[in-house]
Order: sequence, then C-alpha cells, then structure tokens
Amino acid sequence: MAKAEFKTPELKEIIEVPKLEVGTMSHITCFVAKPDHNQALGFPGEKVENWQDAAIAKMGDLLSRYRSFQVYLDACVKCGACTDKCHYYLGSKDPNNMPVGRQDLLRRVYRRYFTFAGKYFPKLVGAVDLTDEVLDQWYSYFHQCSQCRRCSVFCPYGIDTAEISMAAREIMDSIGVGQKYCNEIIGKVHKIGNNLGLPGPAIADTLEGLEEDVYDDTEVAVKYPLDVKGADILLVTPSADFFAEPHVDGLIGYGKVFHEAGVSWTLSTKASEAGNFGMFIGSYENMRRVSLRIREAALELGVKRIVFGECGHAWRIAYSFLNTLAGPFDFLDPDYPVPQHICEFTWGEIQKGTFEFDKSENDDMSITFHDSCNVARASRMGPTPGGQFEIPRNVIKAVVNNYHDMEWDTIHERTFCCGGGGGLLTDDLMEVRVKGALPRMTAFKNVMEEKGVTHLAAICAICKSQFTKVFPYYGFDMFQIVSVHQLVSNAIVLNRKTAPEDAPGYGEDDDDDE
Amino acid sequence: MSTVYALLFIVATIVLVVGLARKIAQYAKTPAPLKIPTTPAPVTKTGVVLRMFREVVFFESLFKGTKWTWIFSWMFHMGLFLVLLRHVRYFIEPVWLPIELIQPIGKYAAFAMVVGLLGLLARRVFVDRVRYISAPSDYLWLLLLIVIGASGIMMTFVLHPDVVMVKDFFTGIWTFSGGQLPMDPVLLIHLSMVALLMLLLPFSKLLHIPGIFFSPSRNQVDNPREQRHLVEWAKKLEES
Repeated sequence: MAKAEFKTPELKEIIEVPKLEVGTMSHITCFVAKPDHNQALGFPGEKVENWQDAAIAKMGDLLSRYRSFQVYLDACVKCGACTDKCHYYLGSKDPNNMPVGRQDLLRRVYRRYFTFAGKYFPKLVGAVDLTDEVLDQWYSYFHQCSQCRRCSVFCPYGIDTAEISMAAREIMDSIGVGQKYCNEIIGKVHKIGNNLGLPGPAIADTLEGLEEDVYDDTEVAVKYPLDVKGADILLVTPSADFFAEPHVDGLIGYGKVFHEAGVSWTLSTKASEAGNFGMFIGSYENMRRVSLRIREAALELGVKRIVFGECGHAWRIAYSFLNTLAGPFDFLDPDYPVPQHICEFTWGEIQKGTFEFDKSENDDMSITFHDSCNVARASRMGPTPGGQFEIPRNVIKAVVNNYHDMEWDTIHERTFCCGGGGGLLTDDLMEVRVKGALPRMTAFKNVMEEKGVTHLAAICAICKSQFTKVFPYYGFDMFQIVSVHQLVSNAIVLNRKTAPEDAPGYGEDDDDDE
Repeated sequence: MSTVYALLFIVATIVLVVGLARKIAQYAKTPAPLKIPTTPAPVTKTGVVLRMFREVVFFESLFKGTKWTWIFSWMFHMGLFLVLLRHVRYFIEPVWLPIELIQPIGKYAAFAMVVGLLGLLARRVFVDRVRYISAPSDYLWLLLLIVIGASGIMMTFVLHPDVVMVKDFFTGIWTFSGGQLPMDPVLLIHLSMVALLMLLLPFSKLLHIPGIFFSPSRNQVDNPREQRHLVEWAKKLEES
C-alpha cells in the first residue's frame, strides 16, 4: 500500500459541524490479517468460498446471542441526533462516518436478509444485498470507528455504534477477512502474554533498569517486582508502560505510590498486558481467553487484590467485563473491589493522608485532563456514578498547582476520542487517526490559548501513543502528553527510605495493606 | 363498506398485537452477555427505572443531542399521546372521567402533533446529514402520520362527522353487534391510514417503541464488580 497523502484538517476556533462530502474516506483500508494471524484466533485463514452465506449465517448467530445487536438494528428511526457527534465525521466530512451512516452499512444488509420489509420492498427501506462492494465498505468504515460510544450518549434509544462495529468485525473475522493490527496483537497475547510480545526476561530487564533510574534520581530503593509470589497486589498494566513514553513515567509513578503506601505488589509475566484487543474485534471467546490469563496469574501468585494501570479500554474490560469473563474472584480479599483502578488506589491513599506531595515539582506545567472514552462512557471509578471523572481529576489536583478543564462539551461523558482507539492505532490508518483527532485538538488548543495550559494528561496507553504521534501534525510538541501517575511521580515525596520488600516478612501472609 | 372496514380493523389489530408480541418476545429472549450501560449509569434498579422514565417521557438523551429535533419530536409524541387518550372515548361507554377531563386539551394536542411532524419533515429535507440517512420509508412514515393528524383535525374542527355513529361502529366491532360507519371521505382516509400504520408497525422502525425498553445501554444497572453477570451461552463456555 502506498503511503496515503492527506491534508491535516485546519484548527478552527470552535468544533464546526461540516457539510458532508460523500466518499472522502472511502479509499481507506488497513492491512489484512495473514492466515496464521487469523487461525491463531480460531478464524479461517483466508476468505472462505461461500463467504456471503457464511457472513449472513454469522449475522444470524450474533442476532440470537446479543440483544444489543438485535435491538439496535431494529430501533433506529434516523432522527439524526448522532450525525454530528462522531469525531471521524467531524474530521473527515464523510457521511459514512456519521454513526448512523456507519451502522446503516450493516443495517441495510440486516434488513435485506432478516426483515419482511427488506426482503420484499428493499428499495423502500434502503435494503441491499451483501456484495463484494458492500464488504469492502464494511472493511473500510468499520475500521474507522474507535468504539468510543460518544454516539450512544445522544441516541434516544442508546444505540451504540461500538456494538455494531464489533459485530461487523466479528462477522468479517468469521469469513477470514481480519484486520492485521488487532489479530496479530491478540495472537501475541495468547502466545507470549502481552501486546508487544515482550518475553519475561525483557520485562525483568526493563524493571531492573527502572529501579536503577529511580534510585539514581531519589536515592530511595523503590522496587518494581515481577512474579513475586505472595505479594498483596497484582498490578496489571498495558505493556506499553514498560517501554513507551510517556507511559513508562506512569509505571514509575505506580511503583512510587505502592512503595510509599507500604503495600507489597508485583507485576506478572503471564498477565503482562492489561489491554485486550479481543473487545475491538467483538470476539467474546478471544476476550475471555485473554482475560483468563489475569485470573491464572492471580491464583498462581496468590495475591489478594488486582489493580489495573492506566489504560482506557483495559479498564472497560476490567471494570465491566472481567467478573463476567474470568470470575468469580471469591479467592481475593472481599474488602476491596475487584479489580481496582490505580487512580482509585492512589486517591484512596491520598484521602487517608498517606502521601506527602511537593506540588511545585510540577510547576513547569499547566495541566488539562483528557477523559478517555472507555473510562468515561463504559466504566466507573469509586462508589458513585461519575467517579470516573472526579477521581483522576482529584488525583491530578492533589499533585499540581495549575489545572484547567477543557470546554464542557468536550469532557466527561461528552469527551472526544483521541482518534486512535478501538484497534486503529496503526500506521496504515494514520489519515483516519489524524482527522479523527481534530475535535480534541481544537479543544486542547483553546484551553492552551485561554488558560495557558501546556500539557494534556491521560490515563490510557492508546491515548498517550496516539497523541504523541498526532500532536506534531497539528503543530504541537509530542512531549505535551503526560501520564497522570507521571505527575504523581514528580510530586510524591519518598519518606519511606526502605522498600517494603526489604522489610522482614515480605512475601508472607501479612496484612500491611491498611 | 362498513364490513370491509370492520374486517380491516380486526386484521390490523391482530397483526399489531401478534407482531409486537413476537418482537417483544424476541427481544426478551435474546441474552445480553456483557454489561454495557452507557456510563455514568445508575447503580441501582430504582435508578434504572428513573433513567428509563426520563428517557421515555422527556427524551433525555435526544435533548442532550439536538435541541430542534428534541422540540419537534417531543411535540409530536406528547401530542400523539394526548390524542390517543382522547380517542379512548370512541371505544368505551360510559367514558372514564380522566378521558373526559383531557378532552379539551386532547383536541388541540393534535395541532402540536402535526406541527412537530412538519418540523421533523423539514429537518429531514433541509439538513444535509439527515437527508443523507433518509430512505423513502422515512419520509412516508412522516407523511402517513401527517395525513392521519390533519384529517383528524379536519373532522374535529371543520367537518364534524357523526361521531356517535363512529362510536357505535367501533364498539360494535368488539361486541360483535354490528354498526354502520358514516360514509365520510375524510373519515375513511383517516381510518385507512390508521389501519395501515397498525399493520406496518411491527415490521418497521416503529419498533423503537418496544426497543427502547430493551436497550442494554439504558436498562442495565452499573454493578459489574459487585454482581457477576453471566448468560446461558457464556456459562456453557466455562463448562467446556
């Protein structure tokens, strides 16, 4: 595939709703999965002979197994409330990137094969046969959806395009037409344990390096333990945290927080990935297989609690699905929610007064917070609805002096996706990613100009990677994206001079996690 | 002619009731394997009932989404609701007190209904994004409802057909005592369109009426950490 030439959209003062232009993104296609990528996930290697029949049969199967899919395909009245809500539409003007436009690519086929009106009066209700051309459109446009659920906030029936795009991808996988990026990555998790394919020794090396760096920096022996049996807390974090910037600064922060809270914790090679791309391809089976690694690791290590690092879609799966997919977790300490988010942990300790912070360490920055879509609209933190908005902000405000929110209609449940979620964080979809980032970039630019904000903090590995990549397209610096626990790391004062792991009794069944 | 209409309404009622019942049964039977409420979501069942109430009565999400569409569709739906309540008087004797009481508002609610529909039609025609997603059936539904509403207004305020006869006809259908319909063209159009709507409803986008109650993003309680959610087909995966 030739590297696509495209123009970065111009930043305006407000997020404008453009006039639609048909077909501006129809040339988009992403690399197709190779046979072994597909087969490792239980899908046919290549496009099957009778693919139309197989696809329709799969659609019927999903209709009988997912109420969301059935109801959402029936209920849409084409009211148009969602049409100006998708960041990919706002950035690309392509009507197939309007949520309802995207859904209709599949709904038209559903109507043709599964409804009375579509079978007998296809023209009247806009029903079409499943042709090669339609399949190409599916492959293109269902890989231009980041499954961020912004549309579902505004739909009078709560229709969630994410559910439709997950189903579409599962149908395509079932006929051997998979996406390389997602399927290759899921294969790596099944085989090695994380998205990046890092073997245990490489992780151990990295963690040792981190310990040295932190010691050089602070003269305190903060540990980054791996596969320690009998630790209280299993930390599951996206594998990008081991290498990428600014992710790794967040991981350093988690370690300092655990250290200062005096709890014993460990990472795991088996569960060295919080992310779970099984959700992106809509495959319950693959999502479950990936999730079970976490259960196994928790059992093998004999931990009492599971805490998740900063990762958006991982938190959706952890919070909303993990209990379903890999539960029940009755072998863990019932005094804590399973799992917990690292922000819940940190905020809990802050409220107890565990930490001393020197906020001035972050005075070179003025921060705004990007609500990651899966955290904002598909999960929660803390006991009350909306805690997912308050708790990360509370943590940030506890460690920085300068904080300002972006405009109200671009944060909280109305937050705009970074543009790279849902399995699109691949270079072959760069044009989609850059255009889809437009609304967030606009809001960020405004808060910089109006409030003097310098940095964007996030709690999602995909958001962090995406912003690092797309900031330069919009004239920003790639280092303007920071991890929330990087800010914590900067400000936290390490008063506990001995690592809890060096204290006697570590690894035994003790209760020092008060 | 009256017999034809009597049969038409009998068939339309059966199709509507059976068709809707089948779809509702299908929705109820289809499992929702994962917890997918759009958050922030209520953490209790009572909270979900309130969320659903706000959604069904006030169109909360649509209000967040698009103010013009919200105004027009709320006028239409609330107008239609009052008009339908008012119509109960044509089927029962004696007429219940609440139905008597809404009679004056119910008459004028028809105007709100038609104005709402015209607004929705205008949006469909003039907003490029909404025009793009509209199939012929989307326009026809609006026209059908406008014809029903406008013919109703004509009869209430201008033509005044013999409503006592109409009432005898409809009570006659379900008491099998027979009865004649006044051969008034506007009334016949009104009734034909209503019968058509009843016949098509279970096969159309009007399934949003039962659909909303089954929408997992709106009707699920946000408690996945506290309570394990597992459907039958997922349980089978664990056993294998």
